[in-house]
Amino acid sequence: METILKIENLTKKFGSLTAVNNLSFTIKKGNVYGILGPNGSGKSTTLGIVLNVVNKTEGQFQWFDGTMTTHEALKHVGAIIERPNFYPYMTAVQNLKLVCKIKGVDISKIEEKLEIVGLLERKHSKFSTFSLGMKQRLAIASALLNDPQILILDEPTNGLDPQGIHQIREIIKQIAAKGTTILLASHLLDEVEKVCSHVVVLRKGVKLYSGRVDAMISTHGFFEVTSNNNSKLIELLENHNAFGTIKVNDNQMITAHLNEPMLSEDFNKFMFDNQIILTHLVQRKESLEEQFLQLTDHN
Amino acid sequence: MFRLLNLELQKLLLNRASRVLIFISFILPFFVILLSSLKINVFGFFTLELGELGVFNFPLIWHLTTFFASQFKFFFAIVVVSMIGNEYSNKTIKQNLIDGLSKKEFILSKFYTIVFFSLISTILIFFITLSIGLYYSSYNEVSIIFTNIEFLLAYFVKLVGFFSLCLFFGMLVKRSAFALGFLFILFIAEWIAFGILAWKFNSKTAESIQNFFPLKSMYKLIDEPFQRITMSKFPDKVNLAYDYSVHAYEIIIVLGWTFLFVFLSYKLLKRRDL
Repeated sequence: METILKIENLTKKFGSLTAVNNLSFTIKKGNVYGILGPNGSGKSTTLGIVLNVVNKTEGQFQWFDGTMTTHEALKHVGAIIERPNFYPYMTAVQNLKLVCKIKGVDISKIEEKLEIVGLLERKHSKFSTFSLGMKQRLAIASALLNDPQILILDEPTNGLDPQGIHQIREIIKQIAAKGTTILLASHLLDEVEKVCSHVVVLRKGVKLYSGRVDAMISTHGFFEVTSNNNSKLIELLENHNAFGTIKVNDNQMITAHLNEPMLSEDFNKFMFDNQIILTHLVQRKESLEEQFLQLTDHN
Repeated sequence: MFRLLNLELQKLLLNRASRVLIFISFILPFFVILLSSLKINVFGFFTLELGELGVFNFPLIWHLTTFFASQFKFFFAIVVVSMIGNEYSNKTIKQNLIDGLSKKEFILSKFYTIVFFSLISTILIFFITLSIGLYYSSYNEVSIIFTNIEFLLAYFVKLVGFFSLCLFFGMLVKRSAFALGFLFILFIAEWIAFGILAWKFNSKTAESIQNFFPLKSMYKLIDEPFQRITMSKFPDKVNLAYDYSVHAYEIIIVLGWTFLFVFLSYKLLKRRDL
């Protein structure tokens, strides 16, 4: 598979603060990547470095197997960083024309891209009159102008209302469905879980995980139970090989993590055979959020 | 090069504030010059006609108009600092770079715009001066008409140099208002430096060193023409004589500053994390 971006041992220091620490990962064509991390974990800095607006301290990165300079490569990339940045006194079309001139693309694409993001009716309105959601959609249209090989989005739904978030996600899904490689930085886990196939998890500039999203959620899940005799239940669970950690929360709900696969009916039968009647039984897998919190807490 | 110029012109001309300022800085001085060359009847009492005084004679007129028009450069200086300041405050500089403009191209697009407007201004002043001169001047020989044409070159270099300084200050402080403040501080600093030099050495040495300072060297390109006008009226008063001509070394000094300012602007942007 074609490599779009390769990052090797990238480090960025702001004075004594290390924002990105020895980071390496590779972006392959056709996948949707998420960069996950709490605020201040170095997501935007990493993107800033590969997009040529932040100077790296050490390490290197390479666009498209090093076949072109970063400055050339960026003409094949579409990117939005944090907030949509346009000239407030220009209309949507005028702003996009300017981007066309920078990227060296024909201006005939403008209508088509405005259509995708649903801004065709407002194309002659000044940017300053747009709502945040519209500004963000214009930014996506602008990033798509050159039919990029990769679309980089940094917190695209930040600060939007639920409708705005929904619209942006729909647009992203549409673009992903067309086979465009996407790199999405976010601290919103469900966003990444819904959209991405691969994920890089960062914390304080250090990579904690990189790989497929489903491989990250690779545990056997857990049972949430309560019963008529909780103390005996806990004793049984602790003596059973299939269970790892067992936790009891404030509502007397017992959480038992599985070390090996087990069906809920087998679990229920096993309890009943031991004279325990369950009043609540749920089998679940960890969500990405729980995985993420585990990853970021333990290190 | 035209792509970069085109980019910057779109940014400027779609902005109403900069459109007005460009108009004031380039078009207005020529209107004023044109108007002053007309016969003005002051409330029917007497007629004022500057042309009669001989100030529109070749080659003096080149000196007069370039000196006069260059006083309006401050308006375009506001445009220059605000074209940097706006890029920072709108964060469009970041977006421009992400969209695929290199840092070098960014600075160059600003510099080309400066050169472009200076050139337009120079061409405009050439035609206006030529037509006023042809109308009023007592001498119409081609050799006399084009004597002192070097003032046009000096005018061009002076504009480019001054706006490059504004570009650098704009890049340095990122805010338009502060950049203009810096210009004023530099002006004062040059005079303080001159004062100290004059006190340490003597005023003659101090002045020759001062002529290397950025603002002073730009000012020196076109010396004030009034003394020369007086001189032309009273040719026998030798103590009025002064060196008003444009010297190659003066142009070289200003070009040196221009290069330095543009280069430093680039270095500054290159080092900066946006």
